[in-house]
Amino acid sequence: MIPFDYHRATDVAGAVATADAREAVFLAGGTNLVDRMKLGVTSPDVVVDIGGLALDGVEELPDGGLRIGATARNSDLAAHPVVLRDYPVLARALLSGASGQLRNLATTGGNLLQRTRCSYFQDVSTPCNKREPGTGCSAIGGYNRQHAVLGASEQCVATHPSDMAVAMAALDARVVVRGPAGERVVPLVDLHRLPGDEPDRDTVLTRADLITAVDLPPLPDGTRSLYRKVRDRASFAFALVSVAVVLRVDGGVVRDVRVALGGVAHKPWRARRAEEVLLGSPAEEEVFRRAADAELAAARPLPDNGFKVPLVRNTLVSALRDLSLGER
Amino acid sequence: MDGDVELDVDGRSRTLRVDSRTTLLDALREGLGVTSVKKGCDHGQCGSCTVLLGGRRVVTCLTFAIAHDGATVTTAEGLGAGGRPHPVQEAFVERDAFQCGFCTPGQVCSAVGMLAEARDGRPSAVTDDLTGPVELSDDEVRERMSGNLCRCGAYGNIVDAIQDVAR
Ligand SMILES: Cc1cc2nc3c(=O)[nH]c(=O)nc-3n(C[C@H](O)[C@H](O)[C@H](O)COP(=O)(O)OP(=O)(O)OC[C@H]3O[C@@H](n4cnc5c(N)ncnc54)[C@H](O)[C@@H]3O)c2cc1C
Ligand code: SF4
Ligand code: FES
Ligand code: FES
Repeated sequence: MIPFDYHRATDVAGAVATADAREAVFLAGGTNLVDRMKLGVTSPDVVVDIGGLALDGVEELPDGGLRIGATARNSDLAAHPVVLRDYPVLARALLSGASGQLRNLATTGGNLLQRTRCSYFQDVSTPCNKREPGTGCSAIGGYNRQHAVLGASEQCVATHPSDMAVAMAALDARVVVRGPAGERVVPLVDLHRLPGDEPDRDTVLTRADLITAVDLPPLPDGTRSLYRKVRDRASFAFALVSVAVVLRVDGGVVRDVRVALGGVAHKPWRARRAEEVLLGSPAEEEVFRRAADAELAAARPLPDNGFKVPLVRNTLVSALRDLSLGER
Repeated sequence: MDGDVELDVDGRSRTLRVDSRTTLLDALREGLGVTSVKKGCDHGQCGSCTVLLGGRRVVTCLTFAIAHDGATVTTAEGLGAGGRPHPVQEAFVERDAFQCGFCTPGQVCSAVGMLAEARDGRPSAVTDDLTGPVELSDDEVRERMSGNLCRCGAYGNIVDAIQDVAR
């Protein structure tokens, strides 16, 4: 690992100013950053520790929503009574990610900004446009079983690895960011980018942008939600594909629906086409299938990951079925 | 860059000077000679480096020591009290819950942390009712312990040992 200066920030403005002035990265739980620094994928001049900023609270908002602090631990968020009661999709997504002893370190902000697990990205001996722009993509033409089927580019076919972010995309979460120019709010669905011609940029944030919180809007009464993750082993593995559904059915008709997919794209994939088919339609299996097919019409699988298309379809249909039948 | 870190490790106050690059795992093993904390993968994937940090189970290989000035660390060496092993450790011996023993310090620390989480009513990915009481079925124990790998495959007896303590 390249030597670096360690700076423990004591206030938000100071953290942002330090990160603005130097080649810096923010350190939260460290579970992704330290890993990347060991691998030589990330080599900052200074590490700005945000653990002392008191951003770990989880508070109910006056509008009935929830404000989640950027350094709230994934384990604590998953055990928060309001999350367990009102946002089961989020609790389940968090609990299906990593392990107990990682979730005790991992934070909200760090989970959102963790970088892809593409094995070529993590191996500095191989070309990778995300790690070193212009060197080429080893996954295209290489081993691409884990990679994207939606929204990829000729430059990069990586997927975003977070479970939590998929649930938050379905919950219409808003990300509160403090940058050198002040505070702004970024809808979670717009936080991460598609790779396009700039696969090195995962998100719309710049180096000194600090996430301070994530806000969840309240859900209308009668809304149900779930997260379903499919992986190579029963626990402690990243998603092959995952599905987050937030659904309200009344009188047999879909009145409100939000669907997000994980493991399929460079960002948590909000399935707007599926939502269009579902909204106002009867909550029936045939409709669920049409919705999944509508979303997946744009899928462009790679040689090793064609299985993801039927896997997403079946997972989404079963999630919608179980949720509309009143299962967890 | 170097920095001084004061840690309470297994009830003893220890001070050491670390390079900013030093993980908590390396600080414990190399800096303080606490070699019960094992380095398996060094990437968060195996759980053999698990300790209790401020009473909560964490992996120590993905966190910098310099960020933990003033922290309280309990390793497998410090779990017992009054000259006796911790009940989880006794159960591991009783149930033959290991073979080579390399993963065992991490397993027992993880189990102690996990049992406290369950006692606090925290659900897991396999809990049916997120807001109901937690009942530690074998499936629950397996799910909650999935961050600790055992190359010898002592999993069956590890679950039994933990259940002896949970019941
Ligand atoms: C073995 C293993 C298995 C895993 N399995 C899963 C899984 O199944 N599902 C899953 O979703 N995740 C999984 N993870 C990833 C884990 O969830 C992330 O590593 C963790 O959430 C990152 O949070 P952190 O606080 O440790 O982030 P850090 O490592 O501290 O930071 C990650 C990145 O975010 C930046 N950052 C952190 N906080 C902020 C902030 N507030 N503002 C701006 N930038 C910030 C950092 O600069 C860094 O670039 C796994 C990790 C490991 C090691
Ligand atoms: S898919 Fe993206 S991250 Fe992976 S090798 Fe290609 S450019 Fe790099
Ligand atoms: S050595 Fe830390 S998890 Fe493997
Ligand atoms: S007892 Fe040998 S690795 Fe678990």
